[in-house]
Amino acid sequence: MSPSARLQLETASHPEALKRIVIEPLTRVEGHGKVTLLMDEDDHVRQARLHIVEFRGFEKFIQGRPYWEVPVLVQRLCGICPVSHHLAAAKAVDMLVGARQLTPTADKLRRLLHYGQILQSHALHFFHLSSPDLLFGFDADVATRNIIGVIAAHPDLAVQGVKLRKYGQEVIRVLSGKRIHGVFAIPGGVNKAFSREDREYLAKDIDQVVAWSRGAVEIARSLYVGKLETSESFGAFRSNFLSLTTPKGDFELYDGALRARDDKGQTIFDQVDCAHYLRYLHEEVKSWSYMKFPFIVSLGNDEGWYRVGPLARINNAERMPTPLAEEARKVFMAMGKGEPVHATLAYHWARMIELLYAAEAIQGLLSDADIFGTDLMVKGEPALEGIGVIEAPRGTLFHHYKVDETGAIVKANLIVSTTNNNTAMNTAVREVAAQYLDGKKLTEGLLNHIEVAIRAYDPCLSCATHALGKMPLQVELIDADGQVVDRLVKGADGELSGEAV
Amino acid sequence: MTASAGSVVLFGYGNPSRGDDALGPLLLERAEAWLGEHPELKVTPVADFQLQIEHAEDLRDQDLALFLDADASCPAPYAFRRIRPIQDDSYSTHALSPGAVLHVFERISRQVAPPAFTLSVRGVGFELGQPLSELAAQHLEAAWSLLEGLLRDARSEVWTLRLSTVE
Repeated sequence: MSPSARLQLETASHPEALKRIVIEPLTRVEGHGKVTLLMDEDDHVRQARLHIVEFRGFEKFIQGRPYWEVPVLVQRLCGICPVSHHLAAAKAVDMLVGARQLTPTADKLRRLLHYGQILQSHALHFFHLSSPDLLFGFDADVATRNIIGVIAAHPDLAVQGVKLRKYGQEVIRVLSGKRIHGVFAIPGGVNKAFSREDREYLAKDIDQVVAWSRGAVEIARSLYVGKLETSESFGAFRSNFLSLTTPKGDFELYDGALRARDDKGQTIFDQVDCAHYLRYLHEEVKSWSYMKFPFIVSLGNDEGWYRVGPLARINNAERMPTPLAEEARKVFMAMGKGEPVHATLAYHWARMIELLYAAEAIQGLLSDADIFGTDLMVKGEPALEGIGVIEAPRGTLFHHYKVDETGAIVKANLIVSTTNNNTAMNTAVREVAAQYLDGKKLTEGLLNHIEVAIRAYDPCLSCATHALGKMPLQVELIDADGQVVDRLVKGADGELSGEAV
Repeated sequence: MTASAGSVVLFGYGNPSRGDDALGPLLLERAEAWLGEHPELKVTPVADFQLQIEHAEDLRDQDLALFLDADASCPAPYAFRRIRPIQDDSYSTHALSPGAVLHVFERISRQVAPPAFTLSVRGVGFELGQPLSELAAQHLEAAWSLLEGLLRDARSEVWTLRLSTVE
């Protein structure tokens, strides 16, 4: 199906004659999201939209602050990927202080921090949030389709997931001094040298971490090919892909230039300096969503939307820089038979290849003498505009700031990974809704199919407020007159219950 | 390995930039400053945005666990409760409940979780960029009075006597 044909499902011709199913919020997805399905009198899905309601206020939160505070401040935007915001902001602020090229030590230590973040985030997502669906099936009893079910049925696997996540967190803690709210990247470099004691502490477990990561790739691969037909068809669609690559076109997470390829793997643009991203990418506003819809300018907003994240990065890379990950990439890419891999569920496999890359990259850096250097900072000619782009666990993350002469942020633009995947996630929801919900009774298992599709993108829908009692789940069926005809409520403890209307 | 008596892991969690969600981290900061003057106490502070599976590892070799958090619905100024390991549906989210963390610990370690408690402090506003509300600041003071006493005498049977009775 072409991107424009897909819009037929997004905007029904007569929505006033439809009834709506609202799923709010999503479980195993950070923040607060809502899915609205508009169905006709015959219970056919005519319209499907993913609403993400919590992205308001990010830029306002930053504006007016002195630029040197921003790398620390932005960590509080998100409790799931604070290090990604920290590093993207730091890269933008590097431009503001004229630090065009960091010292080798600062560059490598920032990378070490970033790989720790990738490792912990990907481990959490796969082992904790996604593996229950993949191991037990999307319709399995919710009482077992969770990490406890994984612990019971696959105890070694579950423990590995916890320990991989913990190791990534330890990398972050060692470098920044704390698990969260740490200060490490500062304008022009990093603020702390790396000690040999720190190195020894992290090095003692890294071989095991690499071995477990390699095993995780094999698990993800076998789960994918074990149910190949489902894996390739579930919420599947073709798209463009966007990511950073090295100058040679190799896989890159921390730096590099922008590459976009179309659904056949042909280049749309390549080696674009991140500072020029606005010439190539625009954001469309739609009346029904707070979140914007980015697209590639040369293709227009109907055809130019794209996917980011693990699937995009693996599809776009010529090679992985580490040997085991490269071996895994080749196996993965063979599934595309010369074209990019498009399956939504392939995100999980790609994510585990990245997990393995992160583990190998950490292993390599811990054996690199540059990490013990003490030349940590550079400065240059100050500028009034800074742009930092990084590959966060969920995809490409843009931080763009303008400052006044006092150094105060006067304008901020953030395009987070989840925003980059906005159209893709809407498309996945529509595909799954059309495939699985059409004309069927609303059940937790069926709704979970939609969540499974969204979870493949590992969206970070919001930030880290989580206070008890703040996040109930509500599922509503609303008819064409706006009347609630059915409702399913999820309490703060996650318990589902029916509620008479 | 058996922990020595009186060891406590103290979790303070929440987003410091989301208004009253800062109550957990702020209370932990207060405790850390106070603990600096009481090095004889065996308390391990753990700060985070939210609870996750790896926090189960922080429970190892501890005699007691205490979770400090903001709560939008508990009685003001705070609620001090005993909790047990529980398999709730928070497993399926990015933020585990304290009881779920205990449960994960028991399943992966095959040990009984240490006695655990929550100190939930009532908050009223949770918007990004908002400061702590005046009301929450008052609740924080009240909660600190309790917490200081708990840390001074970190025994499960003593803590049990201090549990909130009004819900």
